[in-house]
Amino acid sequence: MAIVFQKTRGLTDVETHYCPGCTHGIVHRLVGEVLEELGVLDIAIGVAPVGCAVLAYKYFNCDMHEAAHGRAPAVATGIKRVHPENFVFTYQGDGDLASIGTAEIVHAAHRGEKISTIFINNAIYGMTGGQMAPTTLVGQKATTAPYGRDEAHCGKPIRIAEMLATIDGAKFVERVTVTSPAHVRKAKKAIKECFKVQIEGKGFGIVEVLSTCPTNWGLTPTEALKWLEDNMIPYYPLGNFKRPEEVE
Amino acid sequence: MAKAKPKIQGRVTFEEDRCKGCGLCVNACPVNIISLDNNKINAKGYHPATVTDMDKCIACASCALMCPDVVITVERL
Ligand SMILES: Cc1ncc(C[n+]2csc(CCOP(=O)(O)OP(=O)(O)O)c2C)c(N)n1
Ligand code: SF4
Ligand code: SF4
Ligand code: SF4
Ligand SMILES: [Mg+2]
Repeated sequence: MAIVFQKTRGLTDVETHYCPGCTHGIVHRLVGEVLEELGVLDIAIGVAPVGCAVLAYKYFNCDMHEAAHGRAPAVATGIKRVHPENFVFTYQGDGDLASIGTAEIVHAAHRGEKISTIFINNAIYGMTGGQMAPTTLVGQKATTAPYGRDEAHCGKPIRIAEMLATIDGAKFVERVTVTSPAHVRKAKKAIKECFKVQIEGKGFGIVEVLSTCPTNWGLTPTEALKWLEDNMIPYYPLGNFKRPEEVE
Repeated sequence: MAKAKPKIQGRVTFEEDRCKGCGLCVNACPVNIISLDNNKINAKGYHPATVTDMDKCIACASCALMCPDVVITVERL
């Protein structure tokens, strides 16, 4: 008898507060597994965002630091520069990273900080009750866009992975999702490759994960996966945008 | 739970009180043996996931890969 799958040591035993079927939980698990498998769990320092993942410091089984809304890359910069031997990552939502914290992520990437970012794009402000984010799709309803996002008024959603891939200091940029077991496996591979870029001292890396918010999308968890595949993937194409071999 | 018979390939166990009854594992199982137990309510107040016919489990771990709450352990027999 062999264990095929069991809980990673990279997560604590604390039960998460996430809504049923919210894919934040899947991504937490992948990060925990990768930290453990790369042997950096005991030297890892994570920076938690403001957003639904605000309590991430209770769930990752490593040292954690909280940051003000959007400022995780700045806090991570300080930690990494003082502790270059430690593994430093941020875990941020789209309201956090693509709205209030846009300056911090762009300049952390631009400076080539040797940190890694997990970016959860669920096209909404989840924690605060479903307001429109810069990533909300045109036509998608939100509490602040009850008739759907109006392009003439709010512009089109921002594509963070594509934007950061234009920055020289960003050495690894990939967009993944977690809507099926196959996608979950690919997402884990990308997170591992991204984290290795930091471990090998090559520079900044980010994995954007298209994620669900069943609660604020008003869908069941299973419907939410389908909605993501049908609506988000066509606008936010999956794939690798940059890896070190291509830039050096 | 039945004793392992030669044809059984896999066994899944659920840490039932962590389950939020989201159903993602139900849809992920290729042999459709997972369901939410409507006759049961766990400590969190949800109908927990359960396996109806363990003999059919192929230990693929699809259910565990999709579970956001790390409820599931998978063994190959
Ligand atoms: C400075 C500041 N402004 C606004 C807020 C309110 N606020 C809390 S969470 C949040 C948005 C979170 O959305 P996102 O980053 O997408 O995370 P999600 O909950 O969707 O995972 C906002 C605007 C705050 N806490 N601090
Ligand atoms: S509000 Fe949305 S993002 Fe937040 S835990 Fe619930 S489903 Fe997940
Ligand atoms: S391991 Fe595979 S076959 Fe067994 S219950 Fe899980 S999804 Fe179904
Ligand atoms: S995926 Fe996990 S939390 Fe959701 S129903 Fe299955 S076991 Fe329960
Ligand atoms: Mg969000």
